[in-house]
Order: sequence, then C-alpha cells, then structure tokens
Amino acid sequence: MLRRIISLFKDLFEDYRFTVAFIIFSFLFVLSLLSCISPYDPLRLYQVPRGLPPSLNHPLGTNWLGQDVFWRLTFAVKNSLIIAIVTAVFSRVIAVLLGIISGYKGGWLDRVLMAIGDTTMVLPSLIILIIISMVLKDWARSFFNLGLLLAFFSWAWDARVIRSQVLSLRERDFTFVAILSGMSTIKIVWKQLLPHVLPVVFTTFINNMAWAIGMEITLAYLGLGIDPTIPTIGTMLQTAIYRQALFLGLWWWLATPIITAILIFIALYWLSVSISEYLDPRARFQRIGTKR
Amino acid sequence: MSFIKGYLIPRLIQYFVVTFLGLTAIFILPRLLPVDPIKQQLEQYQSFGVYIPPEQQEEMIKTLKQLYGLEGTLWEQYMNFWERLFSGNFGPSFSRYPIPVTQVIAQALPWTIGLLSITTLLSWIIAVIVGSIVGYHRKRWMEAIDVIVMIIRPIPYYVMALICLILFAYIFPIFPLSGGMGIGRKLSFNLETIISIMRHGILPAFTLLIVGIAWQFQSMKLIVQAVRADDHVWYAKTAGVEEKKVVRNHIMRNAMLPMITQLGLQFGTIFTGALITEMVFAYPGIGWILYDAIMKADYNLIMGIMCISVLAITTSIFILDLIYPFFDPRVRYR
Repeated sequence: MLRRIISLFKDLFEDYRFTVAFIIFSFLFVLSLLSCISPYDPLRLYQVPRGLPPSLNHPLGTNWLGQDVFWRLTFAVKNSLIIAIVTAVFSRVIAVLLGIISGYKGGWLDRVLMAIGDTTMVLPSLIILIIISMVLKDWARSFFNLGLLLAFFSWAWDARVIRSQVLSLRERDFTFVAILSGMSTIKIVWKQLLPHVLPVVFTTFINNMAWAIGMEITLAYLGLGIDPTIPTIGTMLQTAIYRQALFLGLWWWLATPIITAILIFIALYWLSVSISEYLDPRARFQRIGTKR
Repeated sequence: MSFIKGYLIPRLIQYFVVTFLGLTAIFILPRLLPVDPIKQQLEQYQSFGVYIPPEQQEEMIKTLKQLYGLEGTLWEQYMNFWERLFSGNFGPSFSRYPIPVTQVIAQALPWTIGLLSITTLLSWIIAVIVGSIVGYHRKRWMEAIDVIVMIIRPIPYYVMALICLILFAYIFPIFPLSGGMGIGRKLSFNLETIISIMRHGILPAFTLLIVGIAWQFQSMKLIVQAVRADDHVWYAKTAGVEEKKVVRNHIMRNAMLPMITQLGLQFGTIFTGALITEMVFAYPGIGWILYDAIMKADYNLIMGIMCISVLAITTSIFILDLIYPFFDPRVRYR
C-alpha cells in the first residue's frame, strides 16, 4: 500500500504543474495550521500599532485597524478553505447521483431531473445568491450554511456534464457488451461508467472549491456572505478596499489578499489539471510519449 | 416527422416547463427581501419633511400597492404578474419613480449588449482558432502560450478586473476609473462621444476578453488533443486524407460541440452576466442597474431584468438543444 502511494506521487511529481501546486498547497496548509498558534485574536482591533510596513516583527505589516496582516491571513486561508470544501463535497454528491441516474436511465426521469437542473441554471445564480444572502443575512454568516448555499447553485452544470458523458458512454461498445453479458444495472454503473466519470468528479471537486472561494470573494465585495469582521480572503480584500488601503499608501494590506487569492486559484487549477491528466489514461499516454 | 414527434415536442415542453418554473421562482424571490418597498417610499417622502395625515397615508399605501402589483392575496398577485408579463408592462420603477421599468431597461441594455456581444464573440473566435492550432500542433514555443493561459485562467473574474483597474487606472492612469463615457456628456453621434465611449469601454472589454479567451482556449485545446488521439482520426490519416481536411472535418467538427454549447450559454447570460464588470468599472449597463435595484428593493425593476434574463437563457438552451444533432452525428436522442 505504502509503496503504491509512493509510486503514485512519483508519477504525479513528473508533472511540473503538480509539483508547483503541491508546494503552494502545502504552504497554504501550513499557513492555515499556524492560525492555531496566532498571538493575536483575529476579531479584536487595535492590538498593534497601525499602518506599519512589513518588518521582522510583522512579516506582512499591519493594517489601518491595528491588526497584524500575516496572522490575519492565516485565519483567512483556513476559513476560505473550509467554505470551499463544504461546498465541493455537497455539490459533488448531488451532481454524481443525478448525472448518472438521468444519463443512464433516460426517459421521463431524465427530463424531470434535467428540468430541475436547468431551472437552477437559468436563474441568474449570482443575483439569486445576492438576494438570498440578503434575506438570510444571519443564516448565511456561518461557514457551513454559506457552503450549503453555494453547493446548491453549483451542482447543475456538473450534473449535466456527467450526464452527457454517460449519454455517450452508454452508446459505446463496452457498455453493450456488459449489457449483453448480463451484468446488472448497478454493476454496470459501478464498474463500467463510474471509472470513466471519476476524472470529471475529481477535477470538478477541485474546480468547485475554486469557484466557491471566488464566489465568497465576490459576495464579500458586495458586503454579503460571511460576517465582514471574520477573516476570509474575501473579507480581507473587501476591508482593504473599503478602508482605502491604496490611498493610505498601505499597499501590503491590499496586495496580501490579492496575491494569496491568485496563489490559491493557480494551485487549485494546476492540481485539477495534472490530476485529471494522470487519471485519464489517454491524456497520460500522450504525456509519456507512447503512441497507440 | 419522427424528428418533430420524438425530439422537438419533448424539448418544447421542457422549454416551457423550465421557463415557467424559473419565472415563478422570480416572482417569489423578491417577495422574500427584508425591505418593505412601500414603507421605504413613504419614509422617503417623510424624510423630505412632507407631513402625511393618517387617513391619506392609508390611501397612499393603497395606490402604491396597486401601482407595484402588490395588492390582494399572493395568488392574485401571481395572476397579476403573468398578466403584466404577457403585456410586456412591468409597471413603474420604485427607485426612479415615474419612469417605467421597460424604459429603464431599454436605456441600459445597449451598453451591456454592446460590450458583451463584442467581447463574447471575439473571445470565442480567437479561443477556438488558437486553441485548435495549439492543441493539434505541439511546438516548443506554443508551450509558452499554454503556461501563460495556465496562470491567467484560474483567476476569478472579479480579482482580475480589480488587478486591471489598479494597474491601468490607478498606478498607470491610462484609462478612466469608471463610467460609460465622460461625465456630463450627452449621447450623440459625433466623433468625440464615440471616442469617449471607446476609451471607457476598453478596460472592461479587455478584462472580459482575457478571461474569456483563457477560459475557452483551454477547453478547446484539451478537446482537440483528446479528439486527435481518437480512432477515426487515425483511420482518416491512414486512409490518406489531407491533413487540412482531417483537422477541419474530423477534429474541429467533433471538438466544436462543447464549444458551441459554451457560446450559446454565454449569449444567454449576456443580459445579466456583466454584473461584476459593471460594478467594478461603474459601467452604466444592466448589471449596474440591477445591483442598484436589489439594494433599493425595487421589485418591479428586479422582476423585469430577471424575467428577461431567464427568457434569454432558456431560449438559448432550447436553440442549442435543437442544433446539437446537426453538429455532432454521434449524439442520438430517444
């Protein structure tokens, strides 16, 4: 088992994108762990002199509210990742179930499920997210609830992608062979369809995490979603813009969340790309260089 | 005939069901907003120092309710809503009082459509062409494009727009910070106005373009790479079909299907898709107005914009579904 894991990572590290993403990710992970030993309370103001540039004592400086930017960042990374993972887990479960059922079964069930999915898709989700998080302002303030809310708006597209894959998979020869040789439906789904769908699930899981973090940032920009005093990447950015960090000359206050956000998005994306290439044998053969 | 019976009619039913559900959801959602629009309106009058005696206040609330389609039970309101929808009259806007909603939308729509249709189409065409070239040929210098796209692509639109705004309007003040044209300018057809509109439009268009191109280039490239390794391409090559023809007929045609889906869906979202762009750049289009309407609980305006957007998206999905089989012979419907 251990040897298999080691050889798996050896294969993955051959891709420079995975290596870079892995390094960024472990860095972010350590950052989020560091929040446990933070010397400052993330919610309190004026604990340190305000507006200090980066120095040894304050690695990323302090902001105009008298908070240490570095230690605040550790909390922000942790909270943003929690929201992202909650969203991704819930929406993947919905997407896989509905996608496979409606793709493989077809008929009226397919139409009903896709009608529901299409309805959540045609509704302009950003606007509705804005409205809902205005209505349920207090409810959407906890990480878990915000994650649930985001999950509800992000399954439909991926379910449709999975469905369209299953649609074409069930027309392929190996499915016919399986049906003709008397395999039960559940076994066909499990053994023949799921392995083909899995790369999509993995990569969409990571993409969905990225979407959730991006959505959190967007909502925070509008002053919605998480309570603005709780540090997430979105609220850090929002506070810096709202308090005119640039005009005060405190560039480190604004640059920290922006750069962290970019790093997170690049890491997530590169992870998803390299893993999907690894999981999809066709793409993998191409990379190694063996031609069929 | 079997096409109409087996394919067109189910799609048509589905189209109407989805549109119906979407529009109903739109009717319900603004009614959940925590702000009472009538109370807000009255408070606004009172804040101007107008004294309204109680019996007149009653009268006023009644008139306002009538104007905004808020009278009667929820069911009556709902019927009223459909009536208004079919007559294309959404009533007056709350926040810009006597101006009707349709006029507010009509004023903002050209800005949004002008900006988005150009950027959507342009980014799609560039992405499809460049994506298929890079996906098919694998040369050293093309890897550079790939790496650049790999860095740009994951950055969400809002962060990208913010970076561009800080870079090109604040640090290097080349472009104006906000607005659709110079302040105090009237819409007219002279050179100066057009230049001003262009100058204000370039930065939002630029951000939309890079994000759009990076996004679609990546998928086009990946699809082309996948299709290139398919059996039928290999077969066509062995059969001695010209390389140009292989690319055009055997690879591009297969790879186009998801790309056409994307284009169609994007055109559907044009009516509301630019919410963030317009907010970041204060561009006077639909998104800007919609945000304003949400903040001021302007029922009629929210309703009008969302109805148009739902109709646009469902219609584009429907049209997409209809043209699917013509593009991809592999997809069959039962």
